[in-house]
Amino acid sequence: MDIKEIIRPDNLVYKRTPLLTDATLSYCPGCGHGTIHRLIMEVVEEMGIQSETIGIAPVGCSVLAYEFMDIDMSQAAHGRAPAVATGIKRLWEDKFVFTYQGDGDLAAIGTGETIHACNRGENITIFFVNNGIYGMTGGQMAPTTLEGMKSSTSPYGRNNKTMGPPIKITEMIAPLPGVHYVTRQAVHKPGPVRKSKKAIRKAFEVQKEKKGLSFIEFVSNCNSGWKMTPNDSNIWMEEHMFPFYPMGDIKVDGKLVK
Amino acid sequence: MTEEIIIAGFGGQGVLSMGKILAYSGMMQEQEVSWMPSYGPEMRGGTANVTVILSDDRVSSPVLQSYDSAILLNQQSVDKFESMVKPGGLIVYDPNGITRHPERNDIRIFQIEAAAEAARTKSPITTNMVVLGAFIKVNPVVDFENVIKGLRKSLPERHHHLIPKNEKAIQRGMEIVTEGKLTS
Amino acid sequence: MKELALMKGNEAIAEAAIRAGVDGYFGYPITPQSEVMEYLMLQKPEERTGMVVLQAESEVASINMVYGAAGTGKKVMTSSSSPGISLMQEGISYIAGAELPCLIVNVVRGGPGLGTIQPSQADYFQSTKGGGHGDYRLIVLAPASVQEMADYVDLGFELAFKYRNPALILTDGLIGQMMEKVELPAQKERTNKFDQSWVITGKTEDRERNIITSLNLVADLQYEHNLKLQEKYKKMEEDVMFEKIECDDAEFLLIAYGSSARICQKVVEIARGRGKKIGLLRPQTLFPFPTVAISKLARRVKGMMSVELSAGQMVEDVKLAVNGKVPVYHYGMLGGKIHSPEDVLSEVEDKFLGGY
Repeated sequence: MDIKEIIRPDNLVYKRTPLLTDATLSYCPGCGHGTIHRLIMEVVEEMGIQSETIGIAPVGCSVLAYEFMDIDMSQAAHGRAPAVATGIKRLWEDKFVFTYQGDGDLAAIGTGETIHACNRGENITIFFVNNGIYGMTGGQMAPTTLEGMKSSTSPYGRNNKTMGPPIKITEMIAPLPGVHYVTRQAVHKPGPVRKSKKAIRKAFEVQKEKKGLSFIEFVSNCNSGWKMTPNDSNIWMEEHMFPFYPMGDIKVDGKLVK
Repeated sequence: MTEEIIIAGFGGQGVLSMGKILAYSGMMQEQEVSWMPSYGPEMRGGTANVTVILSDDRVSSPVLQSYDSAILLNQQSVDKFESMVKPGGLIVYDPNGITRHPERNDIRIFQIEAAAEAARTKSPITTNMVVLGAFIKVNPVVDFENVIKGLRKSLPERHHHLIPKNEKAIQRGMEIVTEGKLTS
Repeated sequence: MKELALMKGNEAIAEAAIRAGVDGYFGYPITPQSEVMEYLMLQKPEERTGMVVLQAESEVASINMVYGAAGTGKKVMTSSSSPGISLMQEGISYIAGAELPCLIVNVVRGGPGLGTIQPSQADYFQSTKGGGHGDYRLIVLAPASVQEMADYVDLGFELAFKYRNPALILTDGLIGQMMEKVELPAQKERTNKFDQSWVITGKTEDRERNIITSLNLVADLQYEHNLKLQEKYKKMEEDVMFEKIECDDAEFLLIAYGSSARICQKVVEIARGRGKKIGLLRPQTLFPFPTVAISKLARRVKGMMSVELSAGQMVEDVKLAVNGKVPVYHYGMLGGKIHSPEDVLSEVEDKFLGGY
């Protein structure tokens, strides 16, 4: 069979969404960011809302997210994405506005902005990628680093007594009345990827219906920061991260389900 | 013509609002005006003072160390501001509670028994208007009609039913102000 | 017909903001400027013009809300006082780096630290030299009256959009808390006629995506960006504003802005009354600074004195302008205390008029 016979539209089983640019992803091979970027852009494409969507890139590994997503985007100072999103959404109520933040950005330096944007029920979507480490700056301890987990600033493992325990910020913001939809997902296997995409779609639908804030935590890996192979990091994530950060919906239609 | 006035007393005596009505009155006669309060913790009940300047020209410094006239409503204010009145200027003060009265010979000194009048009429809320009446009587920098217009501008609409009462208090102040030095 | 009002400087800023057709205000309470947001909330601007007013959880959040909203091409502003403005510096640097137009109001109080709530001009360096990290400048307007507080809101936005740069109104508790007669500007429509090609409102098929960022990891590109910024700051010189009072025959010159300029006007009045030839140059823009005007005057006066409510900050710019031609002195009160006209006059007599 000739290759040209194979490359035919009716043989197409998967194609990259045009909402991802041609730029080469700057993420490490095996990292979850690329998959999450793709899923968000696929949903934006499927909903036909590219011309109404504004994304906020944080400080962290995804600081250059706007290089990869073909939508209007604003960079934000470290931790301030929810405030930046608030400013945009308040003046453009009908646009879709999302932030894309890491654990250091959202749960350490930006805790105040996160909690208050959630509490005000800003009609935005927060995508929170939790890999338990500062990836961009080279593997320092994050607010979500597990007890005993080694990082460059907790080289003997996180000591809960002196460093504080890891923070479950998703469970913290879920009870706030302004928050409408909260779920925790992953993207390390086809099943979770499909579930994640459904969650992203739901989050944008919540925004469309102006029901309040939607919040998705993606528990993800950082094979470089964790100093593992991509496959090992995914296994380690299932064995260690998932028990502490359990998968599934936390709040649906404004009601806590967990 | 420029008139530089200091009004001082306890917080709650209506010092700031009196100054505001005076400033509005100046506006009503097409003057330039400035109203500069002392602000800060003293807003919560200590001493309060406000500098009001009425001028036919652009107002320069709102911060002054000497004044054409002074309206003084407690002892601290008398002690602080008496010496800052320019020679030839005037002081209007309420002798109620004053133990050391103004004593300068190079300025004119007037008393207004506003607190006593308020006690007599059981209307403490218009005390500052009695003082204002006394002031415009002895120092007619603003016309009575313009003060009433200023009052109308200064008071929120929902308080306009109080205007006749205030007007009466101003007139009363004009009647009962007296001139001369008192000694303790 | 003229619409006159008696207003505090802070209230005039707020009323002028509604009338300038401002789209959004994001702020956090701090003395001595809380009247700005209080007045706005009381006025229900969402009903008057559709303007959004939001009390944020901090100054840090406020300035980032401004950053976000400014990226959409709307007219947005915040106001604060010294400690709050210090907190905003990171965001202001990002706004300058991303070249976004917005208006920031600093009603200065005495510092350092929590300091006092009394008026001060000690934030001059922070305002005119950048304030946050990196080589950037703000357009700095220095109102000296309640009227100018009102007028500079619209002017600030005009310049901010002309240069795509944050503009700052640098005032203090004295002008903010003082009431004066003010002629209110006419109500403008809440539409923005400035270039909107760069804003983020959602990518449409007819254009490339727009990105608001101050990040440029490639040093060569960041270098080019900096050169472009510097060119812009240089160009701002065409918008320098200042007022000369009794300068034509002056032998000695006072340089003062804002509240201190008001005090110095009185000094000039008194001095002239005594036959002393004192003049006043009042910068209305502190960046751009009236360097050329001061330099020219340095050729024909015997000396200058920068009078500020600080330990001597603007005096450095005056000295640069004078470039050693004549003596330049500083006089000023610190930490929230205000000099009186008499204080200044006695210093002027001491420095300049001893030989008279």
